[in-house]
Amino acid sequence: MAINFDNALGIHPQALALREKRAETLAANLANVDTPDYKARDLDFKAVLSQTLASNTRLERTQAGHIGGQSTVLGADLLYRNPQQPSLDGNTVEAHIEQAKYAENAVQYQASLRFINSKFSGLMTALRGE
Amino acid sequence: MPSMNIFNIAGSGMNAENLRLNLVASNISNANSISSSIDEVYKSRQPVFAAELKNIMDKNHAAGGVNVLGVVESQAPPVMEYAPNHPMADELGYIYKPNVNTVEEMANMMSASRAYENNVEVLNTAKNLILQTLKMGQ
Repeated sequence: MAINFDNALGIHPQALALREKRAETLAANLANVDTPDYKARDLDFKAVLSQTLASNTRLERTQAGHIGGQSTVLGADLLYRNPQQPSLDGNTVEAHIEQAKYAENAVQYQASLRFINSKFSGLMTALRGE
Repeated sequence: MPSMNIFNIAGSGMNAENLRLNLVASNISNANSISSSIDEVYKSRQPVFAAELKNIMDKNHAAGGVNVLGVVESQAPPVMEYAPNHPMADELGYIYKPNVNTVEEMANMMSASRAYENNVEVLNTAKNLILQTLKMGQ
């Protein structure tokens, strides 16, 4: 019986990939905190994850020229943040909010990572049969 | 694994803030550079930041870092002071002081150093996450 990683690991690899993309977006917000007219971006994690899972149905490719179905998380829609306070230069990054979101995302990334790790150790235990 | 892109983004932010700090240092250290001609007097220099173009144009791609478009000289008029006894006074008795606003520059410096720190934090967190990801399954 072959081990199917997709079944074994469940939703977590996709969640991890999304967390990574979100970390990148938030890092860009923080880097552009002084860029005039920069608009802070973020993604709606829940919506994007469910959309990713829905579009994850694999299309069978019987010929090399066939286009594969979308199975990436990179189609995620980036939304714009609504700032609490307007600024003169049109920049909508609020450093404290971005920092909090970045920290939150980092912790969630670690949580996803821990889930994957425990799945792997479960697999290892099953394989060893001790 | 967090892609290396996050390092580029935070790095470009640090680069931009670093330039800003350098310019602040230049402005403050030249705040009292007196000149006898209106053309030669030091002018306050400010950086111009812009988000990387692809970030603005492409709605669906992860944001990019900061581009430094260049450095501009402030257009504010230099301060003229009537000091006929000053050795550098021109024939009308005026000396020219730079248009550097020290208070503004100090605020600028605080902002730049805080933003730099933020980028360093982002970098450190991303590095830790990468290291943890590399240990996956161990």
